[in-house]
Formats: sequence, structure tokens, C-alpha cells
Amino acid sequence: MVNMLEIRKLTIRERSTGKVIIPDSSFDVKKGSCLAIVGESGSGKSLTCRAIMRLNKPGIEQAGDIWLGGENLAKLPEQEMRRRRGRRLCMIMQHGMRAFDPSRAVGVHLIETLAEHFDWSKSEMTGRMKRALESVRLNAPMDVMNAYPHQLSGGMLQRVMIALTLVLEPDVVIADEPTTALDTVSQYEVVEQFIRLRERLGSTMIFISHDLGVVRKIADEVLVMKDGRIVEHGTTGAVFTKAQHDYTRSLVTAKLSLHQHFRQVMGE
Amino acid sequence: MLHVHRVQKSYRKGGMLSREKKQVLHGISFDWMPGECLGVIGESGSGKSTLARLLLGIEKPDGGTVRFDGRNVADRKARLGKISAVFQDYTSSMNPFYTVEKIVLEPLTTRYGRHFNHHGKIDSLLFQVGLDPAYRVKYPHELSGGEAQRVCIARAVAAEPQCIVLDEAISSLDGSVQVQVLDLLKDLRKLYGMGYIFITHDIEAAAYLCDRVMFIREGRLEEMIGVNRLKEVQSPYAQHMLKMVIR
Repeated sequence: MVNMLEIRKLTIRERSTGKVIIPDSSFDVKKGSCLAIVGESGSGKSLTCRAIMRLNKPGIEQAGDIWLGGENLAKLPEQEMRRRRGRRLCMIMQHGMRAFDPSRAVGVHLIETLAEHFDWSKSEMTGRMKRALESVRLNAPMDVMNAYPHQLSGGMLQRVMIALTLVLEPDVVIADEPTTALDTVSQYEVVEQFIRLRERLGSTMIFISHDLGVVRKIADEVLVMKDGRIVEHGTTGAVFTKAQHDYTRSLVTAKLSLHQHFRQVMGE
Repeated sequence: MLHVHRVQKSYRKGGMLSREKKQVLHGISFDWMPGECLGVIGESGSGKSTLARLLLGIEKPDGGTVRFDGRNVADRKARLGKISAVFQDYTSSMNPFYTVEKIVLEPLTTRYGRHFNHHGKIDSLLFQVGLDPAYRVKYPHELSGGEAQRVCIARAVAAEPQCIVLDEAISSLDGSVQVQVLDLLKDLRKLYGMGYIFITHDIEAAAYLCDRVMFIREGRLEEMIGVNRLKEVQSPYAQHMLKMVIR
């Protein structure tokens, strides 16, 4: 299978102190597959993904190569990179609230993003956005588009973000803890949406999550990070059943204790 | 005891001058007993965060009352040292210019004055939430999510309140840390005998920690049930919620 993304010797360090946060990390994401990155907070999952998007703060330096379908993103000038973001690489952040411009209605933001990448008429953009919003279970799409970010709950904003991704149809979707802020019901449906998105567009996905239940449902491969290093990389089944590293095992068992308690309560 | 009686809340829809209102809470009533852990389960937009703000007296209900030991929670003296909170968004609930030490001690300095002798208190609080004393001098931006949330919990515990309102407090933490924090909350409960109102969408977490859970939907109380009888829920909504748990 062809690799969509190839990360080679990615090193991330703090500019001011020279402290290495991620030393020499290399991995591939196969075309059309979904790679989940799991690990505790502070393990460098988000930094890695932002490095792929080249969105890390100026205080953070990165070196190494990032190949997106034969093109080295690390060598692209900023202006070219900006054109890739959104159209080819799409990122869904953890906090919906901070991904939107607080001083403008959500719809304005969405239309602006679409206008940046496509030559559609305004009514076409609105129409597509409306259908996408409906598909992520936002039943009053026009109300949502006319609302300001602070008027919507975090879960709703996240679904708006997913709807925007559905319209943008990027090659690679990077989702940074997208289901974390969602409630059980929308989490379930958003995960379904992600699976459907993959089926429809065949897009490659990097899915950062700490929820191993979700990871097991969506991912083909799992990459476990700890303190900036990749400690385990394998197919989802293998990681869940016969983890090589102690750390992976502790992650799996931690979540299991919740599941088991719940099963017990439900009398299963 | 916290007594919530038919609280209602609505927010203005649209602009500042719009008259149109959106009713978020439709007359919710329940009681919380001291030492109890009560789970509040609802979808996003169900009004559970609004309920949290009303319980904490940060906002006032349009109708109905929230009383803590017989006194209205809108009165800050009724809340002082009795009820505290941990929110979901840990970054915005800490002063970015404060160190961890100052953050954790903030409730104590407001209560006992600046010269309150807190030697050892801070270290033991940090220890209880699983952080090293070295964290005292750190600033919020230097903390990871799990660490920041632990600091928030330490701050909530500092005043040794009877009740802590946890509004989606573990939702932004990762799996293993979630379980750690839940275990931490269980331990603190044993240690201090405090109770929680645990607002969440995560039914599994609620079942793990709580004695009783209530389901809210679109601002109405759908069902209230003891955790050990969770499988006997009657309302179709609660049954649906239980089915949606990803296992």
C-alpha cells in the first residue's frame, strides 16, 4: 500500500532552551488508513501533529522531513504551506471554542474558509455547508451558522468543525482529540461520521485520542507515545491484545477498569 | 444539604437588543445530601453547565431557588468554604500570572487572609493530587492538561468544602489520567468526607464514581436513579444513552 504521509526523523525542540521535546520520530501513514496516536497528556501527540501542519508556535523548532504524497512539506515556503492547509491537510482541534473567531458568526468563518479554497458562489457554499451540518446532527443549520461561537456548546462547535471538514474533503484529516469534548451520544455519532467520512472520501486520517474505546472502533493502526518517543506501533488488534510495552498495557488496563465496572453495574 | 427547587433559566437569543429568549432549564428540582456523589448526565446543550453555574451561584435562576443548608447560594457567604468547583476548561479557570502555589492557596487567602500560615499545606495538597512539590513555582502554561486539572482539584479541595461541583472535569483528560483522577476523587472523598456533584456526559465515569445519577435532556429532569439500579432505567432517553456507550 502507498504511504500518504511519511514522517522522517522529525525532531522538535524548544528554541529558547534547546530542550528536545520529540527526538527523532519517524512513522508512515498508509493511504486511506487511519492511524491513532495515543499517549498521556504531554507525551507530544499534539506537537507531532502540529509539526505536520507546521502550526507550532514560533518558540518551537522542528527539523526533519514530512512527505505528503511525494511533496516535502518541511521544505515548502509558508505561503505555499498555507494553501495546503485546509485543502489537503485538515485539522480538527480539541477545543472547538478556540478554533473559531469569537467576534464573528460561525457561518462567516465557515464561508471565509471555503472561499479561500474554492470558487463556489455564496449560495453554493451555504448550501453545501447546510447539508454537512445536518449530516452531523445539527438540526437547525441556519441557526448554527448565524450564531456566535459563545452561543454554541463545545460539542456543537466540534460538530461544525467536522461538517467543515466534510465539505473541504482533504487528503489527510488530522483530528486532535476531536471526541474528547463531546457527550456520549454525539461521540458515538461523530465516530460514525468519521468512519463514514473515510468511506466516502477515502481520506487518510491521523486520529489523536486518549479514549481507547474510540480508537479501537476507528483506527487501523495505533501508535503509542510516551515522553516524546514512540514506544509502540502496530495494528489496532495487536496493540490491544498483545501489547509489547508495559506502558501500553497500563493504558489499556486503566480504561478497562472503567468498562468492567460499568459492565458489572449493567449486569452484563 | 443542597436543595434545588424548580429552577428555570433562559438566555437571550440573538443580539443584545433581541427580546427572543431560549429556555435552557425548565424547572429542575432535586436534593443533594451531604457526602453524596450525584452524577448529572446529559448531552451537550442539555443545560447541564447552566445548572452547574446556578448551583455555584455564579448566575441567578430566573425562577426557583437553589439553597445550601437553607441559605440562597447567590449569597457568597453561604458558599464560602462550603461549595467549590472544578471546570472542564482548566486553562481559562486559572489566572495565567499566578504560580501553582498561588492558585492552590487562593481560596485560603481569600478566606483567612494573606498571612495565613500554610506551611506544609500546599505540599500535602499537591501530594494528594499526585503532583511533586516542584510544581509550586510553575505557571499554568507550563502544565499539561492532566496536571492543570489536578491543580484545579487541589484548589477546590484546599478549602475543604462539603460539596465540589465538577463540571465535565475529566472530559478533557486522557483515558488513563481520567481513571487516575476518578480514583483521586474517590480517595479525597474518603479522606475529607466531602460530596460531589459530578456533571458529565460520560456515563461510564459517572457509574464509576457516583451513588446516584440523574439524566437531563433539553433542560428537563428525565430520570433519577441509584447507580446500582442503573440497568432498570425506565425512560427511553436514559436507555438510549446507555446504549450509546462505546464499548
